[in-house]
Amino acid sequence: MSQYTRKGVNKDMAALDGKHFGLDKVLTIICFVILFIIVLVPVAMIFYVTFISEGKFDTRLFTEVIADKGNIGAMWNTIKVALGATLIGTVMGVFFAWLVGRSDIPTKGFMKVMFDIPYMFPPFFGAMAWDLMLNRRSGYINKWIVSTFGVKRSPLNINSIWGIIFVECCYYFPFVYKQVVNAFERMDPTLEESARIAGASQGYVIRKITLPLVKPAISAGALLILTSSLAHFGVPGMLGFSAKIYTLPTKIYQLFYRTTGSFEGIREGSALSILLILVVVAALILQKYLLRAGSYDIIKGKATRPMLIKLRGAKVPLLILAYVILFIIVVMPLAMIILVGFLKAYGLPITLANMTLDNYKQVLFNNTMVADSIKNSIFLSFSAGIICMFLGVMVAYVIVKVKPKGAIVLELLSLLPYAIPGIVMAIGVILTWSGRFKVNLYNTIWIILVAYLARYLSFSMKSASASLQQVHPSLEEAARSCGASHFGSLKDITIPLIKPAMVAGFFLIFLPAMRELTTSVLLYGPNSRTLGVAIFSLRNDGYITTASALASIAILLIVILNSIVNAILKDRKKG
Amino acid sequence: MAGVRFENITCRYGSHVVLKDFSLEVKESEIMGIVGPSGCGKTTLMRALCGFMKPETGNIYLDDRLVYSASKHVNIAPELRGIGVVFQDYAVWPHLSVWDNVCYPIKRHKVPKDEMEKRAAHALEQVHMTGYEKHLPSQLSGGQQQRVAIARALVSSDELIVLDEPITNLDAKLREEMLVEIQRIQKDIGTTIIYITHDQAAALRLCDNIAVMAPDGHICQIGVDEDIIRRPADRFVFTFVGVSNFVPVICRSGKIFTENGNHPVDDAQPDMQELGRYDLGVRPMDIVFDEDSEVKVTIKSVTFLGDQYDYFVDFNGQELRVESNALDALSHRVYKEGEKVGVKFLNVRYYPREEGKAS
Amino acid sequence: MDQVVLRNVRKDFTTKLLGTVTAVENFNLNVAEGECFSFLGPSGCGKTTTLRMIAGFEDLSDGEIELCGKPVSIKAKNLYVPPEKRDLGMVFQAFAVWPHMNIFDNVAFPLKVRKVPRAEIKERVEKALKHCSLDGMEKEYPGNLSGGQQQRIALARAIVTNPKVMLLDEPLSNLDPKLRESMRFEIKKLQKEFGFTIIFVTHDQSEAMAISERMLVMDMGRQVQIGTPTELYNKPNSRFVHKFLGQSTFTNCVIEDGKAYAKGNLQQPIPLDPPKGCEHEMILATRPNQIDINHESGYESVVENRIFLTDYTEYQVKVGDALVQVQTPHRVEFSVGEKCYLRFPNAMWYPVEDEAAEAERNRRQLV
Repeated sequence: MSQYTRKGVNKDMAALDGKHFGLDKVLTIICFVILFIIVLVPVAMIFYVTFISEGKFDTRLFTEVIADKGNIGAMWNTIKVALGATLIGTVMGVFFAWLVGRSDIPTKGFMKVMFDIPYMFPPFFGAMAWDLMLNRRSGYINKWIVSTFGVKRSPLNINSIWGIIFVECCYYFPFVYKQVVNAFERMDPTLEESARIAGASQGYVIRKITLPLVKPAISAGALLILTSSLAHFGVPGMLGFSAKIYTLPTKIYQLFYRTTGSFEGIREGSALSILLILVVVAALILQKYLLRAGSYDIIKGKATRPMLIKLRGAKVPLLILAYVILFIIVVMPLAMIILVGFLKAYGLPITLANMTLDNYKQVLFNNTMVADSIKNSIFLSFSAGIICMFLGVMVAYVIVKVKPKGAIVLELLSLLPYAIPGIVMAIGVILTWSGRFKVNLYNTIWIILVAYLARYLSFSMKSASASLQQVHPSLEEAARSCGASHFGSLKDITIPLIKPAMVAGFFLIFLPAMRELTTSVLLYGPNSRTLGVAIFSLRNDGYITTASALASIAILLIVILNSIVNAILKDRKKG
Repeated sequence: MAGVRFENITCRYGSHVVLKDFSLEVKESEIMGIVGPSGCGKTTLMRALCGFMKPETGNIYLDDRLVYSASKHVNIAPELRGIGVVFQDYAVWPHLSVWDNVCYPIKRHKVPKDEMEKRAAHALEQVHMTGYEKHLPSQLSGGQQQRVAIARALVSSDELIVLDEPITNLDAKLREEMLVEIQRIQKDIGTTIIYITHDQAAALRLCDNIAVMAPDGHICQIGVDEDIIRRPADRFVFTFVGVSNFVPVICRSGKIFTENGNHPVDDAQPDMQELGRYDLGVRPMDIVFDEDSEVKVTIKSVTFLGDQYDYFVDFNGQELRVESNALDALSHRVYKEGEKVGVKFLNVRYYPREEGKAS
Repeated sequence: MDQVVLRNVRKDFTTKLLGTVTAVENFNLNVAEGECFSFLGPSGCGKTTTLRMIAGFEDLSDGEIELCGKPVSIKAKNLYVPPEKRDLGMVFQAFAVWPHMNIFDNVAFPLKVRKVPRAEIKERVEKALKHCSLDGMEKEYPGNLSGGQQQRIALARAIVTNPKVMLLDEPLSNLDPKLRESMRFEIKKLQKEFGFTIIFVTHDQSEAMAISERMLVMDMGRQVQIGTPTELYNKPNSRFVHKFLGQSTFTNCVIEDGKAYAKGNLQQPIPLDPPKGCEHEMILATRPNQIDINHESGYESVVENRIFLTDYTEYQVKVGDALVQVQTPHRVEFSVGEKCYLRFPNAMWYPVEDEAAEAERNRRQLV
């Protein structure tokens, strides 16, 4: 055990400052206060409002809410969708990961790029696009099926549980794909070679060795799908309302808006939120039980890669299958949105004669709401990114380097938002910042910012913490022995070394925040719409083509931003 | 060139006492090796010296300067102690070039620019790294990074440099080279060096003086290489520095016998008791095959390792390790499994019997 | 019958960056039954590539390989038997023990694949575990075990099918030094009991010499010298082999009238005659522990320096201009400044140009 891992060593380092009131002590206190206000209070408020009525502990509201048939139905829908998305998304993810990571299928480079695309776009774009195509009554593909095959109704209906599952799969399978392809590509080849020498054929090795070894990666990805789907608003929000199919997140939204933000509505929403939190926690516990998987250390640092499995006869069919799936998942939705953005009106056949640039002109030049929402999103994402970047570093520094008493509390608080669905956090933020504590940010852009901070702090904290842990204490001690003070060694050594991770942390927040919907859909006011909310409300109000045009512009914006970010991050990696 | 004085240092981690009342003096311009097994407290000692940890009791002096005193509440911050440190993992800053790494200590001292450049250039010259100024550490090999770390330490202090296991992560060939370099640099500048390691071979090669520490943190012996090898102060030093065999023996009528042996192995020491029980300690290299000797062993196995032959032999029911070097093998014979051969024990040491502790 | 036969084996690799590189060429080998044979060489010399060709993980660019009399790879006939059909045992450097199976299942795997009946599997696995000192640990998982224990699991798994040939790829490199020695003895013991043939790949020369009946030194894809360890150590055929096995000292000498003189001292001849008809300049190759330093007779010199080390005393003496290291047991005593005499009983002579080739090799390895 190195002296650096012994308890108490870093404490002495921090206490070396001697005379002045330690920089570290100040930072620690600030962290506790900030995390308390930003994260703990909103979550606590939800529980308080649900269970405390007139100063007394009262479970009536909660029991009423969970006994309501509609709410129970929403809960089961949430679970069904999440399970479906997880199972199918996992199978898809593993299939593609194996194809790209272990087989000798051609055009891998291109496929890898294609698989990155679903990551870039929020799932509700996909929901919107598929609704345009497979809406029971007005979807273009359905209309084509009815007219071509002479049936009364198309068998395909996207406004259904299966529809929701389908769209979520398309956007969530990369979670599993990324984890598993990583494991496949970097697995120690001798683990399979030793099985071959022992007499096992190629197929036996895959079944008994390869797949079991990537089980931890699979389950990590699957868990990510599960928790994301349970908390997700966008897809059921786009597809479910017209068919009166609700999940817990959309039910919470509906409750909230039906009562136009009254306190009763918020109370009910809180109670439902707690139900949702319970479902998420149950899922986490179940997953821990079912997949007792530890993380196997199967990745070695060597440059040798596992043997590629020759597909031979199956190569062409699998290639075709992969590209068909990619076409359906990636190309069709994007094409649909862009095309409909050009239509004069939704429902018209898609021909050149029916196209116009008016929608785009409207959206770009004539619509102050749209212009404002873009400005708001940029402001919010940028601010949240910057603030979380610094906050995250500060919290990570306190947890990793200062290690005060109660560091575990800080850690839990900063990771708590992972378990709290975005829409639930939004309710908590409303409860906290609507005047109860003398500060009323409701209906302003600031309440959205606060909610973003609460939601995204975990991301930058995790990234900063991982990066800080790699800054070996000896690097800082070397600076001290070369004459630098504690502050000087932070400035000259520690901060420069974690700068790349900090920048990456900024983009980790900036990009998702630009296109998010789940949180701001509950918090927006007349002057504080975000881009996601603008698209959502345009569509809800029936302006389908305008919404599509805006979505297309958003797509362009996202692609440009992503390319810039990739260029910046690649540059930093070199230098 | 600073001398160092540790007085009554006690350090503990939680309830575990690592150093107790530890005292040591290092003379000016000397290379002092502090050698001991892992966990003996040598790294703790170094961290206390550099100011990275505060001992519970004791004083530390650099020349006449009191840099730490528990009783007088003196604790000079690390950046003000003026000690150059080379860490076990080099701790060369990856985001700074070689030049910036080496200049960092001087930058803080607000020295005029050309003076700074002169000193940095000179340090790089001494470690044979001239020409690598613009390189980043990631472009250098382990040995080169180590040299940069040494140059940086040279620049930050020409009074005292502390090296903590600086060569353990290098391959065998590079290790030898680095030891020679360090020796040469020290002769050039005359700086005091404290060399901390568990590798006694490196310490024996490099250091003027060696302090051997026992696992519980106290010093067993301080001496030059000849003292440690030829006159180990106690059983721990004897066992720690190289391989050793122990044979339980009894003193009878002024001669040393094994428990069930008939032929005397050696003459008794003057202070031994009649029928006293002792452990005979002898190194594998000091067991010599002698066909005329009455004391016989049976060869259990022979292994040719190139530069030496390793024998495991049976001596009255006990297994001993015998080494003979390649020259012996050329001039005498190589013995085979099963053969019975006479041996002589040279440079034998006697220690009080410890039950259950054979070779 | 020879268990492992390689004839004219060659392996080329083609990469975009470097074009076609020949990793192994002109490789011929006959390993007898029950023999332990080592491949030794610096990294990149081709030893692991050759082993992988024997295992069947690489195909040949030319030549043939036979195992136990049966051909397994013949380039000319496009014959290639896959690894699972070669009936070998193999142990890898990083153990390659499967973390998701317990010890019993790990060791039973080769038998399960061959559809051996369950009762027999239990018996054979238990026997293998006992031989590798793992009895009683069947239910343990490898993740909790030390490197030495994991290596024993790998060994047990390799011997459980009673293979005739065992391939060991740097199996001891990831173990700490004390463990390496005891594992070496265990492997030899297993070999004696089961009688299999071993091919052992390593970069550690003392390990190769300790474990092998015969060994081969490789460099840049070619066989440099084959023989018993003592042959290679005492009579290396080139400066490369001399330097690779054990410690070496090279002294530049000038030859006049059939006598050699160390550079810098043309008065006193070296007491060992150079080969007849050699170049004007030759290199005297000795080993520090094979130089006889005595008080009686030989090359006269003075002790410049003395260091006491754990296993020997090292004296530094001048031979001509050069400072030569002599290692002796502690019982040989000289003081600094004392006159001494040197003899070189087992020295070799090499031509000078080998030095240039070595510099080239060093340069290549750094790339």
